[in-house]
Amino acid sequence: MRDMLKLFLAVTIFSAVSGGLLSLVRSSTQARIEYQQLKFVKGPTLKEIMKGCQNDPIVDRFKLKFGKSNKTIFIGVFNGKPKAIALEAFGKGFGGEIGVIVGIDVETDKIIGIGVTTHHETPGVGSRAKTDPSFREQFKGLSVATSFKVKADGGQIDAVTGATISSRGVCSAVNDAVQAYKKLKPEILKKLRSFRS
Amino acid sequence: MAKGVIHEFVKGLWEEVPPFRLVLGLCPTLAVTKTVENAIGMGVAVIFVLTCSNVIISFLRNLIPKQVRIACFIVVIATFVTIVELVMQAFTYPLYLKLGIFIPLIVVNCILLGRAEAFASKNGVLLSLADGLGIGIGYTLALSALASFREILGYGTFYHISVFGPSFKPFSFMVKAPGAFVCLGLMLCIMNMLKKK
Repeated sequence: MRDMLKLFLAVTIFSAVSGGLLSLVRSSTQARIEYQQLKFVKGPTLKEIMKGCQNDPIVDRFKLKFGKSNKTIFIGVFNGKPKAIALEAFGKGFGGEIGVIVGIDVETDKIIGIGVTTHHETPGVGSRAKTDPSFREQFKGLSVATSFKVKADGGQIDAVTGATISSRGVCSAVNDAVQAYKKLKPEILKKLRSFRS
Repeated sequence: MAKGVIHEFVKGLWEEVPPFRLVLGLCPTLAVTKTVENAIGMGVAVIFVLTCSNVIISFLRNLIPKQVRIACFIVVIATFVTIVELVMQAFTYPLYLKLGIFIPLIVVNCILLGRAEAFASKNGVLLSLADGLGIGIGYTLALSALASFREILGYGTFYHISVFGPSFKPFSFMVKAPGAFVCLGLMLCIMNMLKKK
């Protein structure tokens, strides 16, 4: 019986110490890991959208409650003022979810750019929704009041050749992003006003 | 004593170099040796985990009950592997993405449990430290040697620097799985020939 207790105690103490140590390491690296993930997964797309901004949108981000989950909002500073925000939304594509970041000018309510972050579309066909700049450019300057649709569905966006479903997915993601923006706008403006002031 | 320490350190570099002489830990050996950068990243992770787990296990060797020693060893090893994984995610995220599943798989790597069982649980802290460092560095050198062959022939580069210039047609066979086996076999053969003499 005493032997059993000894074995039990040994394993328990080992596991407890290890668990404590790991939670310590985890909590001290968590913020940095989140930053790194954003930087390498969304960073390149975000930089493209926020071209010419004077800050690092990945550092200047905040979270707002939207529905059941949190939305991360990135801030872009232009001419010394926090003028633009970017947020990510997802649409259903041909091979799975397509993640799209949409940048919006909060003064004019116009889209300053969009970009695909993660996708599983067919390489060379649907993937051009991410790589082909002429597809992305079509969203630039459109108002957030627009309902984004591909031309085949009676909208204004020229789909990528041979990839209507992927293009539809991007449009629906953009729609979701602007919907979220319109809903969250009062809170976003409040955050922007208190930003660095 | 000092002689013993040096002996334990040096044996890992040639006599008992893990992938070639002991033929242990082959799964990551074959998988991560596409480029020298990956091989060194993997090697450094193994050096850290092996040295730390060897020291801790040899320090606690008289407190660990015989019947549950394997469970305790695995807890120690898994703790250090998780620390490496978190730190890598926080500081070298692109490398973490490339090595992927092979970092968590260090837990079940035979080299680590092998050293814990065969060496650290029977020897003093200083000797175990030397053993861990020696075997770890030997493993790194072995991976780097294998990766150099494969990267130079398979991509025509060494540590991402072009070796042969643009006219070189890479042997893409070398960076695929069969190329890894062939390359490992040839290196084992050369080492055995050298040993015979």
